[in-house]
This record gives sequence, structure tokens and C-alpha cells, in this order.
Amino acid sequence: MQAEVKQTDQEVKHAEHSEFVSFTVAGQAFCLKITQIREIRRWSPVTILPHAPADVLGVMNLRGAVIPIYDLSARFGLQQTEASERNVVIVVSVHGKPVGLLAESVSEIISINPDDIQDTPPVDSRNTMEYIQGIISHDDTMVRIINLDAVISAPEQVMP
Amino acid sequence: MSGSIQDTFFEECEELLEATDEGLTAIEGGDHDSEVVNAIFRAVHSIKGGAGAFGLDDLVAFAHRFETVFDEVRSNRLDLDEKLIQLLLRSSDHLSALVEVARDGGQVDEAHHDTLLAALDEYIPEEEEDLTFEPMGLGGPAPMMDLGDLGGAPAEPQEETYRIRFQPLKEMYGTGNEPFFLFQALKDLGELTVTMDENELPGFDAMDMAEAYLAWDLVLVTKETRSKVEAVFEFVEGLCELSIEGDGDAEAEANALAALDAMFSAPPAAETPEPDAGSAVPFEPPVPAPEPEAKPAAAEEKASAPKAESGKQEQRGGPKPTLRVELERVDRLINAVGELIINHSMLAQQIANLNVSDTRDVETELEGFKNLARDIQEGVMAIRAQPVKPLFQRMARIVREASAATGKTCKLVTEGENTEVDKTVIERLSDPLTHILRNAVDHGIEKPEDRESAGKAKTGEIRLSASHRSGSVCIEIKDDGAGVNRPRVKQIAIEKGLIPENAELTDGEIDNLLFAPGFSTAREISNLSGRGVGMDVVKNAVTGLGGRINISSAPGKGSTFTIILPLTLAVMDGMVVSVADQTMVVPITSIVETMRGSDDMINSLGADGTLLSIRGNFVPICDVAGGLGLYRESEQQAGVYLLVETETGQRCALAVDDIHDQRQVVIKSLDGVCGDIPGVAAATILGDGKIAMILDPESIIAASPTAAAFDTERRMSNAS
Amino acid sequence: MKTKVLAIDDSRTIRNLLAATLEEAGFEYHCAVDGREGVDMYPDVDPDVVITDINMPNLDGFGVIEELRGTGINSKVPILVLTTESAPELKARARGAGATGWITKPFDDASLIFALKRVTGAAA
Repeated sequence: MQAEVKQTDQEVKHAEHSEFVSFTVAGQAFCLKITQIREIRRWSPVTILPHAPADVLGVMNLRGAVIPIYDLSARFGLQQTEASERNVVIVVSVHGKPVGLLAESVSEIISINPDDIQDTPPVDSRNTMEYIQGIISHDDTMVRIINLDAVISAPEQVMP
Repeated sequence: MSGSIQDTFFEECEELLEATDEGLTAIEGGDHDSEVVNAIFRAVHSIKGGAGAFGLDDLVAFAHRFETVFDEVRSNRLDLDEKLIQLLLRSSDHLSALVEVARDGGQVDEAHHDTLLAALDEYIPEEEEDLTFEPMGLGGPAPMMDLGDLGGAPAEPQEETYRIRFQPLKEMYGTGNEPFFLFQALKDLGELTVTMDENELPGFDAMDMAEAYLAWDLVLVTKETRSKVEAVFEFVEGLCELSIEGDGDAEAEANALAALDAMFSAPPAAETPEPDAGSAVPFEPPVPAPEPEAKPAAAEEKASAPKAESGKQEQRGGPKPTLRVELERVDRLINAVGELIINHSMLAQQIANLNVSDTRDVETELEGFKNLARDIQEGVMAIRAQPVKPLFQRMARIVREASAATGKTCKLVTEGENTEVDKTVIERLSDPLTHILRNAVDHGIEKPEDRESAGKAKTGEIRLSASHRSGSVCIEIKDDGAGVNRPRVKQIAIEKGLIPENAELTDGEIDNLLFAPGFSTAREISNLSGRGVGMDVVKNAVTGLGGRINISSAPGKGSTFTIILPLTLAVMDGMVVSVADQTMVVPITSIVETMRGSDDMINSLGADGTLLSIRGNFVPICDVAGGLGLYRESEQQAGVYLLVETETGQRCALAVDDIHDQRQVVIKSLDGVCGDIPGVAAATILGDGKIAMILDPESIIAASPTAAAFDTERRMSNAS
Repeated sequence: MKTKVLAIDDSRTIRNLLAATLEEAGFEYHCAVDGREGVDMYPDVDPDVVITDINMPNLDGFGVIEELRGTGINSKVPILVLTTESAPELKARARGAGATGWITKPFDDASLIFALKRVTGAAA
């Protein structure tokens, strides 16, 4: 299952509908704009990075490139995901580098009218707040739109 | 667009500065050949020319002064004595500094700048000094074009009629100037009427082809200023008889008239005065000036062209033809070759898994595949390889600066400048080398008077050499200074708590204390090395490149730093091991030997410490899984030991779960993937497509409490 | 047909600047990296105008002018010299050798085009 999605302009801000991919993380519905997603892969065991924080699962070989894999659930301050074959890795590009995000499963592609996006109501969960840029209602469920830049900050330089 | 041209300029500056340095070094060595001097002159001149285009005024002004002195030298009006050579060397260093500031921003040392300018001025004869050079930014207006616009411009430029008499002298035709083109340029300015005056044209028989007989009377009606009209004739000034008469004759008067016109809102003086001559025609291409027609020699010359071609080949025997390639393209190729090598090991593994009885043929082919892949890899790496020469040349500058700052006299002797090393290695070597050399001048080389009394030459010598040694590159920095002051080093180490007071260390161990973090021998902060970094930073930089650094020293005779680096950064030989169910790679270079341990080899020391006994010697055991914070899920225990030796000569047994095989791995940097991970140097992709961490034994050992404790204990026990 | 320019300069920066300006203005641009190459290239390129630097290895600008003027086939091609200084004696020397005109470095687009206009009649 390798749904290659061609990346186009990130910012489309007119009243036209945009396509979003919705998925579940720790039982909650989230989504990312389809243009932000490079591909979606089935989970396979990753190589552990020693001394890595709990939300960094490790690194994976993506056609010769070493890419880090984050556990979105742990990142959002929810419980850690017990990754298995049923889970998926959503590969996105942040600051020009590919990064993998572990999610429970991909739900569907939904079409969203930008006018329907509501601001995140203030709740007392700092972590989640930072990572969500808005919410929408779809089929009577609340879908959270992820602010990718907030989830993955610019990677630190390693070498001195 | 001008951005990329500016990049080219700075790239070219690098080359030109290198050429300048190289030339000056040759001159310093006694080679005063005129071609060497000329080459430097041209290099500095080119820097000036380019700098002018980008409005880099400081750089232009300094390059100009520098170049002028060189012009004096090449015209044999100045002798290259020692004092001048030193000034030129310092000027060349300063020129590099100016280029750097222009490129990267920052501050120029103003006082130094002025001192050098004044010193250079002393060599410039007075009449040369006011030689004008006005720098002008790219895209700025041409001076000759706007001179006329300077006087307070009236609201609307008014039309003016110029009567121009233009009579070329015969000399003009020898310069390739054509009246026709000048007229075309004039026509751009306004309405032009041309009348040819052929009164002086003799009869056909009396005509001298080389003579100029024709003259033209031109009437130009234009809103442009007089200076623009004159500018058209700039190239033929002195090659023709020229008179330009305006309506008002003087610009000021014209302006006044224009102002008056405007005031009374009278119609502008638009009526074009009739040309004097009756034969006036609207501008048409005039009959071209007489031109020597037949050229019998032409064919002959064409024939001689190939000869010139072959001559060119001979003359360019010097530099080999080169190809400029974007670095990114080479890196893409390197990545592809890396994939190829990984692909080979994947294939090999697949074939091994096939369970076919006879794989001999396939293996032979596979071996060929492997050899080809290696050939390609070596070839590609050779593209990235560059001679260390430019790096060494920069180092000569560092030594000069350091000598000047400390009041010592030293010279840098370089060897093996053509040794080729990977580009990245060269880039990353610059800082450590700079530091070592500054240290050598600051702490190694003695003051001139001390050297004399020690029976040494007044001038200290630092030898910087590069060579290839069985698959690695060896860089050596050797000074003939005082050597490491061991009692002092030891005292400092004790003061800083790096070693216990009663520690008994070998000379080598004391010397290696220089690399200990937080160690710095400078008593007072000196201008040079006291910048808050010690030799530990140097060591980290070298190990970061997968290399090692050693020091050896003889009191009174000097010190030698030896840096051993891998030839390439992309591929290395590694031992594939298992640690806590993870496959990892340990660089072969750091492994002394490997062994399977049995219980009777393991001895406890204290609560947690364990020592491995190897042929009667006890070596601390360092559990890799524990060091990396990993926990074994399976029952398997670490049972295999890799004996490694650190730079300080400390030995340690790295405990891993299992050893698989030794193979070449492609290094994948973790830069930008994750932060710095203690104990991990990089990653690689194995034959099964899985990623494996490449370990850094030094940092694993440094973080291991057992190893550290044992090391201190060993020193303590040596002391008793 | 485009006006052909043969530029001879040992500085890559200057060559790029010339190329950028001239190609933008619609000239056909050829270049050589030193005087010798410039003279060797001349018959093949057969340019409408030559722009040459003065200080160059292998054959300087004066040499270029002398060789081009001396050979007869090219005796009338306009030759513009690039000079850094507006020193009158340099111009006089260049003209003495047979240069048509000069361009003072650093040059801007307008003065470069204007100089070419005056010796070739072409704006491009």
C-alpha cells in the first residue's frame, strides 16, 4: 500500500474546497491537507534511536533515505501507540525533509470548504492546542486539522 | 541574476587569492620571475575589476593600491626586498579578509586596514597616487551619460538644434571607427539630417586609398544634452576635425531660453532650421568611406589559421583541462553508488536465502558486480577529492598572522600539497588545523631570543605535511619549538581536577592531557589561542571526521601532531554486531580484537563494575546496550567482546550480544534527522534494507561509569 | 541577424557580466579566456565586434589588437578595450595599437550598449 501523492502548492486559500486525508490517532479523528502528504505506508518495525524521546519511534529506510518516525499519539500527549502491522506511517515533508508520522489508521479523503473550518475552542490541554490549527465537523464527528509545522519543528543540527 | 554573477565573483576571488598567495610564496622563496609578478598583478587586478562591478568600494580601493605597488614592481621601479615582500604578504592576507567581509559580512580591522594602506602608499610614486578610479555600482548611470543632467533640470528638456561638422582624419579608419555607426548613434538622440561633403574628393586617378577625403555636415534636433551629443564622438576625439555648434551655443543659455519659453508659454522652438546645403537628404546610410577593396592576402591568412590552432595546443601544455560541476550532481552520484553497494549486499543475501545447491556461477558474477561497484565508487570519490594545497596556503596565512601577533618569527614549510582528500574533509579540517598552528606559534615556538640562547635558528619552523598511508590520509604538524612543558601540563591537570595529585603518568599520557576537555595551558588569555576553546575541540572535530589525532613531543626539540583520517566519508569498513535485538555497526578502525567471552574471564569489581581478563590483563567491560539506554527483550546476554583502544591509550571491552560479519557500509548522516545521539556516529542501510546505527566507541566508553572509574583507578594505582 | 560579439577577458566574473548584459540585449555572445584564445577563435567566430581586456595571460589586450589589425582580414573589425582606469595614456596606447574605443570598468548596461552602438551601429 503505497499511495504516492504528488505534492503541489501548500497554500491554497480561496473559497474552493480542499482535499484532506483523515485518520485516527488514539481513537481521535485528525486530518492533513492531501498536498502535505507524500505517501502512506504500512507500518514495519523501525530502527530504534538510542536516547530518543518517547514520541520518536526511530528511523526508517525510505528508498535510501533515513527518515525519522514520530508517534503522533505520544506527540499529542496521548498514550503511546503499540505499533503493529495494522498501523500506518504517513510520510510528510517538513522543511524539505521527509518525516514519518505513525497513525492508527487512515479513514478517508474528505473535501473541506475553508469557510467551514472553526477555530480551536480553548481547552486545557496545552500540547494538543499547539498542534491543532482548526477543527471541522464531518459526518457528525469532530476532525482536528493538524498544524504540521508545530508538530515537527525544524530538526536540530547534529554536527558541531 | 546578478546574485549568481556575484557568486561567481566570490568563487573566482578564491582562485585569484590562491594564485596571489602562491605567487607571493614563490617570491618569498626567491623566485622573482617577471611572469610570477605579472600573474599576481593580474589576479589582484581581476579582483579589483569584479569588485568594482558590485560596488565593493573598500575592496576596490585596497586592491587598487596593492595593484599599483605591483605595477611598480613589474616595471622594475621597485625592488622586492624582504620588507616589501612581508608587506605584500600581509596585504594579500588583508585582501582575503576584505573579500570575506564583502561576502559574509562582518567588520574589517580598520586600524590594520589604514596601516597597510599607508605602508603601501609609501611605495607609490606621487604622480601615480591620484590615478583616478571611480567605483560605480552595477546598473548605476554611466558618468558620461548624466553629466549634463546635473545642472538643475528644467521642467521639460527643450529641443535644441546642433550643427555638426565632422571630418575624419585618415587615422580614424585604422581604428575601425565608421562614420555611419556614429550617425546611427546620433540618430537615436533625435532627428538627424546628414549631408556629405565630397568637395575634397579628388579625381578617381588621383585618389589615395589610404587618405580620408570625405566630410559630413550634420544637423541634429534633439532634447538630449550637449554632453550626450559629444559622447557619441568620444572614440574619435583627436581622430577627426569636429565642431559642434548649438542653437544657443551655450547650455546655460539654452536652459535660460527654455525657461523663458516656458514662462511665456510660447510654442517651443520646434521649427527645424533648413540645412545650409541644398543637397540635404533625410538620414540615409551614406556612402561608406573608401575602403581598401582587394585583399589578396586573405586566402593565405585563412590557411594559416590551423597553424595558429596547433600553436595554441602547444602553448597550453600547462593546466589539464577541467570540468566545473555542481557539487550537488556529484553528491547525487555518490548517493547512487552507495545504493548500488547496498543493492549488492541485498542481492547477495537474497541469493544466499534461495537455497540453491550450486551458486558458484552466480557468486562469480556477484563478485564482478562488487568489484565494478567499488571501481565506480572510487572513481566518484576521486571527483570529490581535492588537493590540500589551498588549505595549506590558508594555513601559511594563519602562521603569519599568529607570528605577527605574538612577536615571534616562524615560517611554515608545507609538504605533500598535492595530496588529495575529500572536499568535506578539507573543509572541516580548516578549523582544527588553524587551532593547532596557532597553538604551535603561541605555545610551541619560543621567542627569538630564547631560541638563540638555546642554540636554535631565530626563525621557528613549522612543518605541515600531508600524505596517503594505506587507505588513510595522514596530516602532520611538526614544530621545532620547546615541546610540551610536561611539569606545567601535569600541574594544570591536577589544579583542574583532571587527574589526582599523586597520579603517575607516562610522558605520552601527560601529552594527551592537552586533549582533555576543559584543559588549556594559556596562563593569561593571549590574543591567539585563548579563545575559549582547547585542543579537545580539535580532537572532537577530527573524530567527527572518523579520524584520530596523536601528539608526540620531545622537550626542547618540538612537538608533532599527527592526524589520521579516512580517505572518504561516504563508505567505511565496519563490524556488524547485535545489541539488544538491534543490528549495529562498529568501525573496524577502532577494534583491536574480538573475542567470545566465558564466565571465568569476567571479574567483578565493586558493585557494578566488571573487568575482562585477557591474557592476564584486566580491561573494563562496557555494556553497549546499557550505554545506549537499550533493554534486551530476549534472554540473550552480551557474550561477545570487542576490544577497543581509545586515543589516550585506554583499553575497553565493548560487550555486544553477537558478531555477524565484517563489511563495507555506506555512511548515512543523521544530520537533520535527529539531534546528536551520544554513542552514535551515523547510520547505514544494511542488505535487508534495515537501518543500522554506526557506533562511536569513544563516546560510549566516555559515558561508561565502569570504564571511567577504572581509568582513574588505574592512574591512582600507578601513582602508589 | 544578431550582432556577434567576441569578448576576451580572463576574469570569469567580467565574462559573466558581459554575457548577462549582452545576451539580454539580444547580442550573440562568444568569449575567450585570454588573448591567445581570443585571436585563435577569431576566424571561427567571425564577430562583428571584439571586446577585450588589457591585462591577460598568454597575450594581453594590446597584443590582441595588434594581431587582429595586423592580419588584414580583420583590419576593420571594431575593437573595444575594457579598462579599469580612465587613464588617458592607456586609451592613447590602445588607440595607437588600433582600438576603436573603450569601455571603462565597472561598466553598466547602458554605457556598454552605447559603446557597442557607436562602433557597430547595432543596438543588438
